[in-house]
Amino acid sequence: MFDSEEVKKDFPLLSRRDVVYLDNAATTQKPKQVIEAVIDYYENHYSNVHRGIYTLSEEATDMYEKARENIARFVGLRDASSLVFVRNTTEALNLLSYSLGTRLESGDEILLTEMEHHSNIVPWQFLQSKGVRIRYAKLTESGLLDVDDLVSKINRRTKILSVSHVSNVLGSINPVKELCSYARDNGIVSIVDGAQAVPHMPVNVDEIGCDFYAFSGHKMLGPSGIGGLAGKPEALDELIPFMGGGEMIRTVTYESSTYADVPLKFEAGTPNVEGAVGLSAAVNYLRRLGMQNVKKHEMDLMQHILNLEDEMSIRNLRSYGPRDVTHRGGVYAFNIGNQPSFSVDDLSEDSTLARGAIHPHDIAAELNKRGIAVRSGHHCAMPLMGLLGLAATARASFYIYNGKSDVDLFMSALLEISRGL
Amino acid sequence: MNVGNEGFEEMILDHYRNPRNYGRIEHPTSAITEYNPVCGDALHFTVNIRNSRIEDIKFIGRGCSVSMAAASILTERVKGMEIHEVEQIREEVFLKSLGIYLGPVREKCALLSLNALKKIAGGKRDES
Repeated sequence: MFDSEEVKKDFPLLSRRDVVYLDNAATTQKPKQVIEAVIDYYENHYSNVHRGIYTLSEEATDMYEKARENIARFVGLRDASSLVFVRNTTEALNLLSYSLGTRLESGDEILLTEMEHHSNIVPWQFLQSKGVRIRYAKLTESGLLDVDDLVSKINRRTKILSVSHVSNVLGSINPVKELCSYARDNGIVSIVDGAQAVPHMPVNVDEIGCDFYAFSGHKMLGPSGIGGLAGKPEALDELIPFMGGGEMIRTVTYESSTYADVPLKFEAGTPNVEGAVGLSAAVNYLRRLGMQNVKKHEMDLMQHILNLEDEMSIRNLRSYGPRDVTHRGGVYAFNIGNQPSFSVDDLSEDSTLARGAIHPHDIAAELNKRGIAVRSGHHCAMPLMGLLGLAATARASFYIYNGKSDVDLFMSALLEISRGL
Repeated sequence: MNVGNEGFEEMILDHYRNPRNYGRIEHPTSAITEYNPVCGDALHFTVNIRNSRIEDIKFIGRGCSVSMAAASILTERVKGMEIHEVEQIREEVFLKSLGIYLGPVREKCALLSLNALKKIAGGKRDES
């Protein structure tokens, strides 16, 4: 097991005394190993890849492709060419919506869940204009996916199943291996949004058995603007390209073009080489800690916070998501008092906020005064907020450099705030 | 409210806890609901405009201290104003008059009410 205080020393930004960083579901800080890898590429090897017949370009190409191999291995891919570099999870899902969408017909169905991030809803909604129908699997009372409901919504028109591995609001961990096996049995293309999973737990895409798996580098210590779309070789092969341009072609005439093989078929234009190099260094860092240990660390922090919740009984504090930490990532969405969504009709004229409630923005601003960074808002999951009957929540989310002392500081600040405003 | 002048901060909290002109006008000449997409906050204004002048204004809403207080403060300020005067209120001047540093994200909370009223003022002018 690792010591989060030791880990923290590797992160230059966290030496700032005025920062307790608890917005890791949004993005993570970078260790010096990642920063140095990017600097080394810029200072010593920078050039374009897959083009020049000169030493520098060969070095850059080698670094880019070695990064691909390393990251592919990290997410359990047998074959590095099954990993396409993209900007982030959002781009991967848009690529899939675009390319798979061309195969769909009016009346076909896409099955999602009620806990999805906007990035796993909006790209699919683009397909509604051609008559494609989107359905949503329900959640249980405790905030877990209702697998029976999901299975009951599979029918012969279902063509795509796209689910998050871990919810960015509730932290719920979904049984994606089981879900993908249902999909396979029914001839449905399966997609997993792993933005909140790959950074926080061991992920083996081959074992999960999905057709496609998407993740973002910046949420796992890597630079922003780099992420991965992993897929089964044959599934990637069958996809039409998303963007056209240099790098992704084999031959071009004025009339038509032929395309490069996967993965370059999906990597039009000069790629984010420094991003890939940085993400590869991030993967090395995480591998050294051990992803099982990372998961255990976050489970311990979640258990600690839920215990404190019970012990401290902070007035009007309520949190969302499963209480069983074995089914939950390190995400803690909460409110002080009720935060119902606005309706012109049901708001009484003599009450602004429900008694004792503090708006999540005000909670976040008060925490910020104490140096604690948390998120507040709808967390890019407005439909889920609506389902929970909420306008917004505040959210603390944890990572390898957060220790119990951070959680203690956070909870005692909440206690103070709940008594204040 | 990050860096704040104590007096101004008190003013914001006072308006948040006891919003002025809170409620709804029956049969208003104009009404608008404005949402902040960042956080789902919402403000609903009902306004009576006679001879291009704001005779009465009330609001209800759900929001953070900044958006609610700014709405309350604004209703006090614009009551009796000509609508063209409302249109001329400059964002940076209104923000400055609140007296607290907000930062780019929370400035949107503070400007929610002003945006709503400018829409009403613009719409009204088009009709006349």
